[in-house]
Amino acid sequence: MLLSQTYNKLKDTDIGYSFLNSKLAIFSLSIFIIIVICSFFAELVAPYDPFDPINISLMDAFIPPVWSEGGDVKFLLGTDQQGRDMLSTMIYGARISLIVGFSSILFAMFLGVFLGITSGYIGGRYEIIVMRLTDVQLTIPSILMALLVDGIARAIISKSLHDEMSIYVLIFAIGISEWPQFARVTRASTLVEKNKEYVSAARIIGLSNLYIMFKHILPNILRPVLVIATIGLALAIITESTLSFLGVGVPPTTPSLGTLIRFGNNFLFSGEWWITFFPAIFLVILALSINLLGDWMRDALNPKLKKR
Amino acid sequence: MSFLEVKNLDITYKTRKEDIVASHNVEFTLKKGEILGVVGESGSGKSTIANAIINLIDPPGEITSGSIKLDGQELCKNENLIKKTRGKKIGFVFQDPQTSLNPLFTIKDQLIETIQTHLNLDYSEALERSIQLLSEVGIENAEKRIEDYPHQFSGGMRQRVVIALAISCEPDLLIADEPTTALDVSIQFQILKLLKDLTKKRNLAVIIITHDMGVIAETTDKVIVMRYGIIVEQGPTQELLTNPKSLEAKSLVISVPPTNKKIKRFKLISPDGKEISDNSIKITKDIIQTWGVRENNNKRLLSFNNVTKIFNEGSFFIETSDPKIVKALHDVSFDLYEGETLGLVGESGSGKSTIAKIITGLVKPTQGNIAYYDDSLYDKNFNFLNSKNKGEIQMIFQDPYSSLNPRFKVKDIIAEPLKFYQKNPTQDELIKDIYDLIDIVGMSRKSLDRYPHEFSGGQRQRISIARSLATRPRLLICDEPTSALDVSIQAQILNLLKDIQDELHLTMLFISHDLPVIRQMCNRIIVLKNGIICESNESESLFDNPKHDYTKELINLMPKIESIV
Repeated sequence: MLLSQTYNKLKDTDIGYSFLNSKLAIFSLSIFIIIVICSFFAELVAPYDPFDPINISLMDAFIPPVWSEGGDVKFLLGTDQQGRDMLSTMIYGARISLIVGFSSILFAMFLGVFLGITSGYIGGRYEIIVMRLTDVQLTIPSILMALLVDGIARAIISKSLHDEMSIYVLIFAIGISEWPQFARVTRASTLVEKNKEYVSAARIIGLSNLYIMFKHILPNILRPVLVIATIGLALAIITESTLSFLGVGVPPTTPSLGTLIRFGNNFLFSGEWWITFFPAIFLVILALSINLLGDWMRDALNPKLKKR
Repeated sequence: MSFLEVKNLDITYKTRKEDIVASHNVEFTLKKGEILGVVGESGSGKSTIANAIINLIDPPGEITSGSIKLDGQELCKNENLIKKTRGKKIGFVFQDPQTSLNPLFTIKDQLIETIQTHLNLDYSEALERSIQLLSEVGIENAEKRIEDYPHQFSGGMRQRVVIALAISCEPDLLIADEPTTALDVSIQFQILKLLKDLTKKRNLAVIIITHDMGVIAETTDKVIVMRYGIIVEQGPTQELLTNPKSLEAKSLVISVPPTNKKIKRFKLISPDGKEISDNSIKITKDIIQTWGVRENNNKRLLSFNNVTKIFNEGSFFIETSDPKIVKALHDVSFDLYEGETLGLVGESGSGKSTIAKIITGLVKPTQGNIAYYDDSLYDKNFNFLNSKNKGEIQMIFQDPYSSLNPRFKVKDIIAEPLKFYQKNPTQDELIKDIYDLIDIVGMSRKSLDRYPHEFSGGQRQRISIARSLATRPRLLICDEPTSALDVSIQAQILNLLKDIQDELHLTMLFISHDLPVIRQMCNRIIVLKNGIICESNESESLFDNPKHDYTKELINLMPKIESIV
């Protein structure tokens, strides 16, 4: 009853209608939600806890997937060099990847939106400084930026603390390389909005600039920000994986998808292809589903592309 | 036989939720040498009909039934014929000359391309013809100007070029969709005159779509009045304007502000066909109690002293003494006294909106001094001092579609200034004040829980007025408050403003380019041109006995509905 009500309500809104009419959007959102739910309830979903030494036996190392010769029904997608179940490790790894991805994009969003909205609204010298900063930032590839941050962090933080801190360093590193996108889009939208008469009206009433920026302008410019945030999420997850693949990401004791691919890479040419193949495919599916969702959202929120 | 025959035309926009009928059973005929005016409120389907004739209806709209015959040939659902006809037999003039020419091509390219597409001429013949056309529409030095790009022409000149383009292939039918709405009064006059001359000279059939009854009165031979996609009345212009039969035509004609005399209130027609003349709003005594009674003592409320404004101050190299730089305002001074309504009138670029923005602190003056009672509104470095007027200066904006935040409910829009100026009001006080305000502007209390996009332009303007009253203003600045509205709605809003002013003892600064409206609203008028005050006088003497040449020109050129009534 309640479900059908919400369904009808959803169908009534333009965005809901567009969503329910796009098979691709429904499909990719379902996949994304399944992955998110699985990874956040990994303890319940995964067949084994790959970090519990009781479940790990070196005797089980290098077992191929169940359908190939020598496969074991106990390990659907085979095991890695330490005898951990691939499926379980991937589910746990996706959790780390998603946490890092979400947090870093949130961090980038807050920083970028704040700088973008203030520079667009205040203008003048402040705007010039912020915008040149984004220009400089955009000339540095994000991987390089993240590597740089990671390197500095390693130099500052003591080695014993580093493993604990590494996830935060990673979030900061990815976030700091993604914010210029948000700053640019927010500034551009703010420039449009601030010339509208409702902002003038608010100024004449005497409301403070901060209030106008965040109460009046911000809700009106959130649409494009949400679109970049979605596409940026996929990018952040890929960046995290790349960094982990290079060995500067999360510590090996809590492997993310990228770390798993790196481990597997060592065995790729000795015939144990599954150790790197499955995490890689998993990463592709995850990133693709988010990207397709972002593409759909960009079209659906664009009034110029609206059909009927 | 008539040249253009439209019969039983039905146009429907099919949307996902419902089918919207944009025009229903439209029938009219047009002879060569005749000008037909199509008039109606926005959304009445005027433009849809024009677009239907050249088959340019935006999807999902489509012609569902009916016929359009041009010179005996059926145009409806005959794509091949329309392609040949459009541009060749039918010319089209759009509303906005800024966007209807391609900025990347010279006028020459655009004219020659059109001519060569439809007529079998070689390049030099087409060029010769283009030059001839430009001189015909009144562009001086046409051989040279033809090499120019659209941005090198002014708005009125550009509209002339558009007309030249429209008549370049000797069409028999010319459709002009609000051809002068984006133009100033003096240029509007020239363009309309040009259209009339061309009609006679070339024996054209012309359709002019407009919402301006003055334009209708001055140019057209026949009129169609539309409402909700239906033709409610049609007939010869003079007959229809002097003796309108349908309610819609009556309300359109009666609401037009007269240009030759001052009336106390605008006349409106109620749905049962009677004239409404009494005070339509019931101002609650409550608001006067909460505000406290304000007396108007004829004291000076605002003084605007020797203000000069130069835009683009960001550059270091601008010298204020340089005679070449453009001054948006040049040494403008005036005083505003309690209880009066001062009108600022002028064409676009005359600096009238800049004055409003300087008084409200949206734009800083370059030089000069602005005082509210005895306090200067700006400090030495021209920073606006918000605390000096305590919200007593408020403004109503031109565009009702952008002046309300689309993410706020009406309730919150009105509550915001209340919360800001009354320190910690209780919920009951707040709601009472909101109810008072929404009652004053004549809207139902139910509308408080809705969002701005659910309202029409006139209703939004009422909400905007309620918001501006929330800070208990003394000075209300109205920046073209009705120029985006239809005539009958305009009359309602202007009546509302007058009533509010009377009841609440407000002082008003009324900005408009529309002389009849200014005449009805204001006690005193200032005429501005290019940032300089031309003339300032009591409104009756200014209209009856203008002194400055520019004022005379403006008054002579404004379209007058009285010209034939």
